[in-house]
Amino acid sequence: MKLPRTAARSLAALLLVWTAVAQLTPAFAVDSTPPIADPVLQQRYLALTHELRCMQCQGEALADSSVTLAAEVRREVHDLVLQGLTEQQVRDHMVARYGEFILYRPPISWRNAWLWGAPPALMIIGALIAWRVLRSRRPLIDQGPDEFGEDADEESGEESLQS
Amino acid sequence: MSDPSGKLRYLIPLGVFVLLLGVLTVGLVRAPEKDIIPSPLIGKSAPQFSVPNLFAGQGAVSSEQFKGRWTLVNVWGSWCYACRAEHPTLLSIKQQAQVPIIGIDWNDDETDARDWLDQLGNPYSEVGTDHDGKVAIDWGVYGAPESFLISPGGQVVYKQIGAMTPEIWRREFLARINAANPAGAAARSSPGATRAAATPDR
Repeated sequence: MKLPRTAARSLAALLLVWTAVAQLTPAFAVDSTPPIADPVLQQRYLALTHELRCMQCQGEALADSSVTLAAEVRREVHDLVLQGLTEQQVRDHMVARYGEFILYRPPISWRNAWLWGAPPALMIIGALIAWRVLRSRRPLIDQGPDEFGEDADEESGEESLQS
Repeated sequence: MSDPSGKLRYLIPLGVFVLLLGVLTVGLVRAPEKDIIPSPLIGKSAPQFSVPNLFAGQGAVSSEQFKGRWTLVNVWGSWCYACRAEHPTLLSIKQQAQVPIIGIDWNDDETDARDWLDQLGNPYSEVGTDHDGKVAIDWGVYGAPESFLISPGGQVVYKQIGAMTPEIWRREFLARINAANPAGAAARSSPGATRAAATPDR
């Protein structure tokens, strides 16, 4: 009984540390651009910098990248948002220059059909296979417990009679 | 599926394996292309710009300067290692007077850039400076060096990402220029070439 409790405690401690670190990370954020006074525009800016890719590092969003190019593209996004462009307009602005690759969330189009279609298609195929396998085993499942159940009932019935 | 307990069911894992093998092979074979992201600017008008000249006392460098003739726009920086590698190729393009090269000195220290050109030679007919990366963003640049071939009509015809080599220059750039004007600018039939035909500069 003692071991699980210490384990639970250390787990809780670990969780606490992790939460604290997770809370601290915004302080280490790379983006040092002063926030836009208008909360709506600032929200738009944040959404865009988290959604657009840093073309130089490719595994990072604009907001997370420390390279010069990312800082410059962030400033461009900042300026465009301040000019009153909508999220979609800024996205289009960037796609016109860097291509769809700059979007972490590619648009749904015929060209991207396989990209968006493959996961649901695979899910459906998987579900179909699972359903078939389950259905083919159904007679066995129905059969097994019933025989056991009847036996058990009979036995318990005898027992109750005896007692 | 009609005979799930038959021998056919043993072929299913094999089929999955072959499919996976196919997908992975395609991925492996195409891996080198992953670094090269196609530019949406190809076939469009070259983005406009006007930036200060790297050399004091000389006028601004602008996209107006390469109207009406084939131009190579080269984005570089003295900090860029691959730019040093392609430098001899740019110099030989200049020596053969094939097309003027407009340089965009990107995110660079001006003194470093001038020293670089003094040391290695200057292949550019004009060098503009892009300190804040504005021009580079408009041109969809994400790493130096990048070279753009601009048609007399002012359109981006080709983009080379990474160092220029004599072979790439011949195969991708010269070939396109030669294919486009076998008998002068008027012979061009691609859209947007009307302006080029209207201004017979050569």
